[in-house]
Amino acid sequence: MGLLSRLEKLDRRWLYAILAALVIGPMVRPLYFPLEVSAPVRGFYDAIRQVPDGSTVLMACDYDPSTRPEMVPMTMTAMRQLFDKHCKVVVTVLWNGGPGIVDQTLRRVASEYPDKRYGVDWVNLGYKAGYEAVMVLMGQGIANAFPVDYGNHRTNDYVALPIMQNVRDYSSFPLLVSISAGYPGTKEWVQQVNSRFHIPMISGSTAVQAPEFYPYLQSGQIRGLLGGMAGAAEYEKLRNERGSATRGMDAQSLAHVFVALCILLGNLVQWRKRRGVAA
Amino acid sequence: MSLSHDFGIWCGALLTLCIFSFLYKDNPLYKFAEHLFVGVSAGYYIVLNFWTVIVANLVNPLATAFAPGGHPFHGQLGDYRAFLIVPGVLGCLLFTRLFGRIGWMSRWALAVIIGVYAGLKTTGFAQGDLVAQVQGSLQPLWTGRVGDSISAILFTVGLICSLLFFFFSREHKGALGAASKVGVWFLMVSFGAGYGYTVMSRISLLIGRFQFLLEDWLGLR
Repeated sequence: MGLLSRLEKLDRRWLYAILAALVIGPMVRPLYFPLEVSAPVRGFYDAIRQVPDGSTVLMACDYDPSTRPEMVPMTMTAMRQLFDKHCKVVVTVLWNGGPGIVDQTLRRVASEYPDKRYGVDWVNLGYKAGYEAVMVLMGQGIANAFPVDYGNHRTNDYVALPIMQNVRDYSSFPLLVSISAGYPGTKEWVQQVNSRFHIPMISGSTAVQAPEFYPYLQSGQIRGLLGGMAGAAEYEKLRNERGSATRGMDAQSLAHVFVALCILLGNLVQWRKRRGVAA
Repeated sequence: MSLSHDFGIWCGALLTLCIFSFLYKDNPLYKFAEHLFVGVSAGYYIVLNFWTVIVANLVNPLATAFAPGGHPFHGQLGDYRAFLIVPGVLGCLLFTRLFGRIGWMSRWALAVIIGVYAGLKTTGFAQGDLVAQVQGSLQPLWTGRVGDSISAILFTVGLICSLLFFFFSREHKGALGAASKVGVWFLMVSFGAGYGYTVMSRISLLIGRFQFLLEDWLGLR
């Protein structure tokens, strides 16, 4: 029996085992593959860099725990870059499974900055049901759409949340950072907010969604794009951080080579088989 | 290596291993984890939606509106007060589907939902996608730089050929056939890129789970 015939009958559990080994191996012993920073990632970084120091930025974290490995690293790095610029951050969540993981992530970053206080330097407005309707409503006033924050403080209570004193509507923000894993997310922010209220926007998305957003990048509707774990890792490199995205990239590269090899061999096996049948 | 002492992390790690065991073959441990996930998710989302949607957006504002000294019909933007009775009633009408004879009443609520979202989606798509994308596609073919110009020409050829592929009013023969074939190639490249990104996303999830097992649970960092 030839090698290709044996491959055709290969138990798929071997493929799972090899893939697991390729993912675990580089985590235990990192290979430090080189990582090039792409233009969309640099655009994301530059858009935040160009925001005036101390301004208030809107960050829409639209994801839930199912996309944690891709979304959390980019949320953390973006928060750090904003905090380093002394920006104030107003966070919203339009996914009902999201507020918990988003709050956990934000608090983790905030704990690295002892001078940053909740309600003064950042606020988590929590979840609001309504998808695009909420986005449009926010255009009439952020406090209208979010009467209370995630901790149940009233958003017009400027003693508990002084950050909200200078927040009226979208015109209060020089930049919208959308970290999104699906619907509602970047696409809806572009359609409902960027196009109507003309607020500059950047996006961090899951890799599955990223190809859908390249047209927005090309047309200038978004100024930068982080596509999945690779985008998050490139962003970490620009920031000289070594977060979970960077640590996962060796495994990502090996797994991709393995998947490409499987596709090639699978096609070769099928091609040989069809030739055999035709003959 | 320092094993985690966190009970939650142990639960997460063991349940992850239970789910992974399906890759070997279906087994009771996998079934247990699967059923637990479905049950906990259903319960979690019901409770979450009750407190973050119904109580926060309907019960609390109505309670404020009808409290002594309140102004039921003097709401400002974002503070709709007693007007919330209307969406409240429409929401209740959705449940009439459970009672056969008056089930038709649920269509009123559905009509409002569909009408509002059709309006939002149509204007959003027209402004954000249609107009902006057509505008973004009209770019000069010669930019003064060879690399950018080649990119712009490739983009324009790809755009026109891909559009021609979806032109079904004439048989794809001759020039139209050739152009649509080129369009198919461009579409194939975009599908390939999409597939590659999808693989990356799925592998990222696997990496995330292994990072959790190795770093958070086993303490290997």
